[in-house]
Amino acid sequence: MRDAGFIIGSYLITLGAIGAFAVRTLRLGRRLADSVPDEDKPWL
Amino acid sequence: MTTITPQSLEVPARRRGTGTRATRIIGLATIVMIGWLAVFGLLISPADRDQGDSVRIMYVHVPSVWLAYLAFIVTAICSAIHLFGRRHSLGVDRVAGASAEVGVVFMAVTLVTGMLWGRITWGVYWQWDARLTTTALLFISYIGYLAVRGLEGTRQQRARRSAVIGLLVVLEIPLVHWSVRLWRSLHQEATVLGTDLDVSLDGLMLFSLFSGVVAFTLLFIWLVLHRSRMLTMIDLAGERALDEALASRISEGGEKRA
Repeated sequence: MRDAGFIIGSYLITLGAIGAFAVRTLRLGRRLADSVPDEDKPWL
Repeated sequence: MTTITPQSLEVPARRRGTGTRATRIIGLATIVMIGWLAVFGLLISPADRDQGDSVRIMYVHVPSVWLAYLAFIVTAICSAIHLFGRRHSLGVDRVAGASAEVGVVFMAVTLVTGMLWGRITWGVYWQWDARLTTTALLFISYIGYLAVRGLEGTRQQRARRSAVIGLLVVLEIPLVHWSVRLWRSLHQEATVLGTDLDVSLDGLMLFSLFSGVVAFTLLFIWLVLHRSRMLTMIDLAGERALDEALASRISEGGEKRA
């Protein structure tokens, strides 16, 4: 594959950014969950 | 001496976060689709006649920009519902904020993957070309939108201010999309549908691109659900902290008077 560094790099950047954003969202959600009672969470 | 009772040995149950059964199913489907996209995009899909293997970047670049546009349009729709609806719902405002956050991340991904593709195709990472410049302007506009959401004020003020901006900045999307026709541009025109509305992609390439769009749309739904719930909890935690601070000030005042 020609230009493999750029091509694979673009996939790594995309998946890395998505993964980091998703993990950060889940972690923040879990941390915040402890300060809010379950009865105030309409999605549960 | 401390008495050990069965109750004292119980571990306090952890409060539940932003996940539900639906988000877990969507999350799992997203992971499967992204794996599928990586396999098709990098290994199975053929190289392009003109662009060679660099066309493989398209399978992450185009779905990223699609998702960013979708996120900004959802932000605008929620802003309009908040602003013109009878209830001026804060829940809708949180969905607008969550969607804009997701859109900004994907717009950043679009810019970076576009720069890598540009380096292979044009020999440079960046040119002050019409498409690239208007895309960068759109990205900066939504960073501004998020900055306005973080300003001081009540939640209703935040929602109103950001709804107005959300409705204004979305108008940049047609400008970005049509910039390749309005001005002479290095950037290629629409990849899937040409001006004659004929599909100009090989079947396997089109399938890989479609897989990317489906994967990223599922991801968008998953992220917006989690982030809007997270924003709800930030607001609730802020309210509780304010209530506790007020209660403590009131009790302090009562003690002094006594």
